Amino acid sequence: MPKDGGIGASSKRREDVRFLTGNGKYTDDINMRGQAYVHFLRSDIAHGKITSVDISGAEGMPGVVKVFTGSDFEGVGGMPCGWQVTDKHGQPMQEPPHPILAQGKVRHVGEPIAAVVAETYAQARDAAEAIVVDIDELPAVVDMKAAVKDGAPKVHDDLTSNLCYDWGFVEENKDAVNKAFDDAAHVTTLELVNNRLVANPMEPRVALGDYDRSGDESTLYTTSQNPHVIRLLMGAFVLGIPEHKLRVVAPDVGGGFGTKIFHYQEEAFCTFAAKACNRPVKWTSTRSEAFMSDAHGRDHVTKIELALDGDNNFTAIRTDTYANMGAYLSTFAPSVPTWLHGTLMAGNYKTPLIYVNVKAVFTNTVPVDAYRGAGRPEATFQLERLVDKAAHELGVDPIALRRQNFVTEFPYATPVAVEYDTGDYNATMDKLEEMSDRAGFEARRKESEAKGKLRGFGVNAYIEACGIAPSNLVGQLGARAGLYESATVRVNATGGLVVMTGSHSHGQGHETSFAQVVAEMIGIDEGMVEIVHGDTARTPMGMGTYGSRSIAVGGSAMVRATEKIIAKAKKIASHLLEASEGDIELKDGAFSVAGTDKSVAWGDVTLAAYVPHNYPLDDIEPGLEETAFYDPANFTYPAGAYACEVELDPETGQVTIERFSAADDFGNVINPMIVEGQVHGGLAQGIGQALLENCAYDSDGQLLSASYMDYAMPRAADLPMYQVDHSCQTPCTHNPLGVKGCGEAGAIGSPPAVINAVLDAMRSGGHDIGHIDMPVSPGRVWAAMHGGN
Amino acid sequence: MTQVTMTVNGKSMSGDVEGRTLLAQFLRDDMGLTGTHIGCDTSQCGACVVHVNGEAVKACTMFAVEANGATVDTIEGQANADGSLNVIQQAFQDYHGLQCGFCTPGMVMSAAALLKENSKPTEAEIRHYLDGNICRCTGYHNIVKAIMAASGQDVPAVAAE
Ligand code: FES
Ligand code: FES
Repeated sequence: MPKDGGIGASSKRREDVRFLTGNGKYTDDINMRGQAYVHFLRSDIAHGKITSVDISGAEGMPGVVKVFTGSDFEGVGGMPCGWQVTDKHGQPMQEPPHPILAQGKVRHVGEPIAAVVAETYAQARDAAEAIVVDIDELPAVVDMKAAVKDGAPKVHDDLTSNLCYDWGFVEENKDAVNKAFDDAAHVTTLELVNNRLVANPMEPRVALGDYDRSGDESTLYTTSQNPHVIRLLMGAFVLGIPEHKLRVVAPDVGGGFGTKIFHYQEEAFCTFAAKACNRPVKWTSTRSEAFMSDAHGRDHVTKIELALDGDNNFTAIRTDTYANMGAYLSTFAPSVPTWLHGTLMAGNYKTPLIYVNVKAVFTNTVPVDAYRGAGRPEATFQLERLVDKAAHELGVDPIALRRQNFVTEFPYATPVAVEYDTGDYNATMDKLEEMSDRAGFEARRKESEAKGKLRGFGVNAYIEACGIAPSNLVGQLGARAGLYESATVRVNATGGLVVMTGSHSHGQGHETSFAQVVAEMIGIDEGMVEIVHGDTARTPMGMGTYGSRSIAVGGSAMVRATEKIIAKAKKIASHLLEASEGDIELKDGAFSVAGTDKSVAWGDVTLAAYVPHNYPLDDIEPGLEETAFYDPANFTYPAGAYACEVELDPETGQVTIERFSAADDFGNVINPMIVEGQVHGGLAQGIGQALLENCAYDSDGQLLSASYMDYAMPRAADLPMYQVDHSCQTPCTHNPLGVKGCGEAGAIGSPPAVINAVLDAMRSGGHDIGHIDMPVSPGRVWAAMHGGN
Repeated sequence: MTQVTMTVNGKSMSGDVEGRTLLAQFLRDDMGLTGTHIGCDTSQCGACVVHVNGEAVKACTMFAVEANGATVDTIEGQANADGSLNVIQQAFQDYHGLQCGFCTPGMVMSAAALLKENSKPTEAEIRHYLDGNICRCTGYHNIVKAIMAASGQDVPAVAAE
């Protein structure tokens, strides 16, 4: 029987009511008295020296309040980078300054050069057209391998080259790995591209700065996944505002997918300009601006090799990756191809020796940073394409080869520095074979062939690492932040609770699922628990939501705080019931004395806490409010197996997804409905990457895909109904809820399944091409089948 | 500036607009009806769908002056008279057809227009009709189910497939 409330129930989402009636409060819905609007004049040149910026024509235009250029920000900090990677020689990465408005040079199309603040948007835009910018154009570097060649034009003149870092992991293993390749019975080699993507949350970014002279206080309303992180970065490193004078609010946020983690120039600008202009200043991104100013994702070029012994056991993996950083380091960019990618290269397999090399490269493109999955989709795509290729080279069943090499004993320490606590990869693969009806595939293939189509079946396994932590470890790895999470639980006198969490919900439904957990712990109705998030003035310092960390880390903090509440409430109850504390039990919202019929209701205890007339004042303080900070002992490791079935029209190269099955192990599940929705969304993004999406630049650094006319977003007709299952559950061993996180799995696990299926379809038509890069557009497929590219 | 008057969700509303003011901007900025969203600048995403004289229209592709004298319905006017969710809205909640909620107003307005012209659409018809509505969160699965359920067709319960 499905539960009708608490942990494990598909409780309907409370936030839906406001969203469905037009009452959501997104940042752009906030308007303040006297607000002015800013329009950014952005570079349409990828690389050049700014020789002059003449704003005189704009300053007198109707409605103009003030025009800003780079010179207004001399002495103001640049955009900070939150992660320092150390290269294979022990040297820190090259870290160039990242100005709010361009200083001296422009380094990518879309870089803001000047900003016009005016009474209306239209006036700001009109005035920006009157600014005259002279730029001496320089050759742009776009291709990563060309960028690191001797003599390549430098994106940053003060750096020694365009190489941000050259990272080796684990450097000490390198010789042993090379030897394993020398000794291998078979080596499979694959070169591939992980295509550049744009996250494209449907809500474009917005920033609204406000300044209160009476208290010298700044407030920023922004579309962020982590308002506390923005407050710390912007306050301490950019504008020099102490945190007690700075409030950051991220209200309803219309999707993030990683790209709203980072601290952006527009946020700092609006906060700065609100004080400078003494009035609120608002910026709303257009979609075209979003394409050239939101951090992009992926963009890796990789060579990966697998060594096998004579019995088809994996003996070593060696990779060589170029990772695009874009023109500047976005907030967490350096960590993505390294600690979020290299550490996952073992995948689900017990390969004893692994060496990962990553060269991070500056180019004249928009900065690249985490996008749903961040590093883990790149690792999974390489590995799962490689294993499939090996299976075909060896003439063995791809599922059997995977099963033979699966890690089966836990905990398992990989050769790339992480320890998987639990998992059962054969169980999810068994489930997948059943769900995907692999047995019935040949019959379906025949049906397709009867229609003149090819049909392919592709599978892959995946593992990811969520809830990145513990803080002291990530500090050693270069993180300039902690990765704990916080929660304050405030119980009101009449028994209702407010949970103030450092996690942030931008589609994940925390207001519902977090309430389910607390309600279950106390045994009260979910409606008595309110979740507050997204406002630094109302929540304790927390790190926000990304990396599928909210329930595993934020949820754990909430559990710890609620445990403290329950412990104190039991003390009060023991006083009211005149019984010893050890005998007090909490069940269904009432405290009782074990073995008796004496009990006191939750609401009586909470009232006593705030009206402490009959109360142990000598022992405990009045009130019922507790805070917990939770710093996890390890990552969590969700894993699973995915299968895709495609139909391919050999006449046109058109690929359609006919079936998609996902068997996931997320550990315990709080709200199955929400979990399944997260998987659906991740699958759509992963299938989108494999089939449709591509962020393209030409060789001059012009962004070719800068609108929905030329960046192919997956639409309803591109996608199938998905079969998803999360019944294989190996609970996480080190967090109190036994949860692992589900937000990114779909995007991580799905691209290789699609490509493996497409290649299978092509093979069935006599085209054994070895590999095809994403997205598998009809033109690319058709050309591959006809020997071109 | 031109004065425009329209009947929005049953109420007469007027405002002064520039020639270039879009209906979406007029609704959001001048009328305070921020349920209509703007997700793109090329008329592709459908976050802005409203009904003008009963037809689904992308409010970012129409100037406010063009809607002068028209009847306009937005997401804010969709709930039942007692404030409860209407059949489509309720189905979106029941079938988890929304996550961040940003595409949702447009999806609900498009779904309403679809069901008006096709009371029992197939899955393929729904997917085809939603070509102009992009959702980045849900992968569409539960949106399709919600619309089928709202049209009275049998749909497996959420999280029970
Ligand atoms: S805002 Fe109207 S279609 Fe995107
Ligand atoms: S629910 Fe977020 S875009 Fe559709």
